[in-house]
Amino acid sequence: MDFVTFLQQSTNAVSLGALYALFALGYSLVFSILGVLNLAHSAVFMWGAFFGLIALDQWHLPPWLAFIFASCAAGLVSVSLEYVAFRPLRKRNAARIAQLISSIGAALLLVNIAQLLYNQIYNASDAYYPRNIQLLPFIPSETVVVGSVSIAPIRLVILVIALVMMLVLQYLVTSTRTGQQMRAVAFNQRTAALLSINVNQIYVFTFLIAGMLAGAAGMLYGMAFLNVSPFVGGNVSLIGLTAIVLGGMGSIQGAVLGSFIVAGLQIASTAAGGSSYRDAIVFFLLFVVLIIRPQGILGQPEQTRA
Amino acid sequence: MRKLILLFCVLLLALPVVAQDEEDESENEDMMVMMGDWETCPTPENLPEEVTIGAIFARSGNISVYGIPQSQAVELAVAEINESGYLGEGVTLSVIFEDSAGDQEQAIAAMTKLVEEDQVVAVLGPTLSTEAFAADPIAQEAGVPVMGVSNTASGITDMGEFVFRNSLPESSVIPGTVAGAVEALGLERVGVLYGNDDDFTLSGYDVFVEALEDLDVEILGEETFARGDVDFSAQLTNLLADDPDALIVSALAAEAVQIIIQARDLGYDGPIIGGNGFNSPAIIAQAGEDAEGVIVGAAWNAASDNELSVAFIENFEEYTGNPPDQFATQAYTGAWLMATAIRCADSVDPADIRDALASITDFPSPLGEFSFDEDRNPVHDPVVQVVVDGAFGILGADMMEEESE
Repeated sequence: MDFVTFLQQSTNAVSLGALYALFALGYSLVFSILGVLNLAHSAVFMWGAFFGLIALDQWHLPPWLAFIFASCAAGLVSVSLEYVAFRPLRKRNAARIAQLISSIGAALLLVNIAQLLYNQIYNASDAYYPRNIQLLPFIPSETVVVGSVSIAPIRLVILVIALVMMLVLQYLVTSTRTGQQMRAVAFNQRTAALLSINVNQIYVFTFLIAGMLAGAAGMLYGMAFLNVSPFVGGNVSLIGLTAIVLGGMGSIQGAVLGSFIVAGLQIASTAAGGSSYRDAIVFFLLFVVLIIRPQGILGQPEQTRA
Repeated sequence: MRKLILLFCVLLLALPVVAQDEEDESENEDMMVMMGDWETCPTPENLPEEVTIGAIFARSGNISVYGIPQSQAVELAVAEINESGYLGEGVTLSVIFEDSAGDQEQAIAAMTKLVEEDQVVAVLGPTLSTEAFAADPIAQEAGVPVMGVSNTASGITDMGEFVFRNSLPESSVIPGTVAGAVEALGLERVGVLYGNDDDFTLSGYDVFVEALEDLDVEILGEETFARGDVDFSAQLTNLLADDPDALIVSALAAEAVQIIIQARDLGYDGPIIGGNGFNSPAIIAQAGEDAEGVIVGAAWNAASDNELSVAFIENFEEYTGNPPDQFATQAYTGAWLMATAIRCADSVDPADIRDALASITDFPSPLGEFSFDEDRNPVHDPVVQVVVDGAFGILGADMMEEESE
């Protein structure tokens, strides 16, 4: 492989990793606070893509407004998950596995509703984002060529947004009062309640943030890959899960790191001529990490996670 | 009550419109002359006054986008056949239409009714290959010829000697497409990208590779993807690093759009040759100007300069108000082929009709010179389409013209 191809493949890896990261951030956030995997997160992501499509394609909103709408609406879907799928179970002190399963049910429901709507609106099981939308007027719509490396502008946008989101989220969790409360709830729900923290409010806030991230990721995904359907969540859910397990469950930088590792591995295995073994290589690494370092690369051991 | 009266009035108003439409139908027949000009067989003398064939198409449900134009095309063909006295003076060809709704069970029920109750002499359809696999064995067992006009899956005609199709399977379209593209563009080195977890894309890949090897085109690299993949940049970067003359892609429509866009994003502006998954207006609609230079084979294209095709388009538009698609054209040709078989057999014995159908060669049709091979599969030149200015045109149109003359 010559140097130019190497550079191009690296660019491909970084831009793919950024997209995974955006999805994995919210996934990881809910897990770190609840201690439960929210398997409906991919459905929220899918709804983000759908809301963005409706806003652009049916209501003809300007892209930046559509983006904000998609993000907020997905945030609300995520909050409704907390009310419908998680809180009733928590109240009854149900086991964590019950919450996990209830989130699977919620995901199925969300996907099915989306299917109905796609059929209603588009009379098809999938739909396409318009081509070459500029999120903001100053962002070019044509491919950016640096030297002999090409990158679609939307991929650059995704990279920037993913990195900014990571920093903001990191700041939110470590340096704000709400973040402190979130960590307290994560450490021990009952103790936090005794310290007069409104636990339910923290949960709602967490789901809102996670949902907004997923919605933003969904719309950016739609803008990058155009084709969206009720099943786009499936494309990223397993990869996102792999990324957060690899990077360290509940660690924000870990989710981002894991995403870039997964994307890098996928691209590297393809580049090395093994596009048929791409996913096998990724999941083999996951397997190895789980055996050697179960808490993930940046994860802390179970007892001290906060 | 008032509403009822209103409704009644509206219905009354609509009546003349419907009647008008029917009048139009009969007027059109003067336009068509050409199809009946093929007179290899003499005008039949032993046919009864009415010859009945069946047609099973998905006329309702989401497959009706194919089934309705198919039905209309058969109606048009039968009107032309009767108008021109193709089956002899005083002999009328009539069609019993059945709706399969894209459903296997319904296709079986329809076929059983046509073959056993209505005792038709031949059947056109059903629309989908899956329906054909379910329903055709009934016709085969009863010894009634059945002709698929839109079945492209492999193995359709393996069901028996009474099963025919006039729709080119992918394995016939691809070699012609590759040959046409290689000749027109002088391709020497290509890169191949294909989905390796789907029967359709895999078989497309096999046929592509075979066709490329036959033509001594060098395959620089092969890359794979899986169904549902959205990022193809790594595979494309690898393939493009070798600077190929063309990209060969076997993919379904959703992935095809991404592949085209991402290849262009990586700075590739050469030809992209695709399998049947690329043969969709959605490709052009979604990929926009990135789709320019995409090459895909098809059984038929509206831009064809075949005289019969031009006449058919005109008649079909007049008859239905819509332009015909490939499915309508194949259904229309199918009805004419069946009528020709009845004419040549000069008999309403399904076995005689089968034999006559099997021996049709070089029948001029909107699809081109049409023959059946020994496996009752269609033989005619595919059209090599290329996207130019946002529409499917014909690659090297001048070349094709010479061939057809």
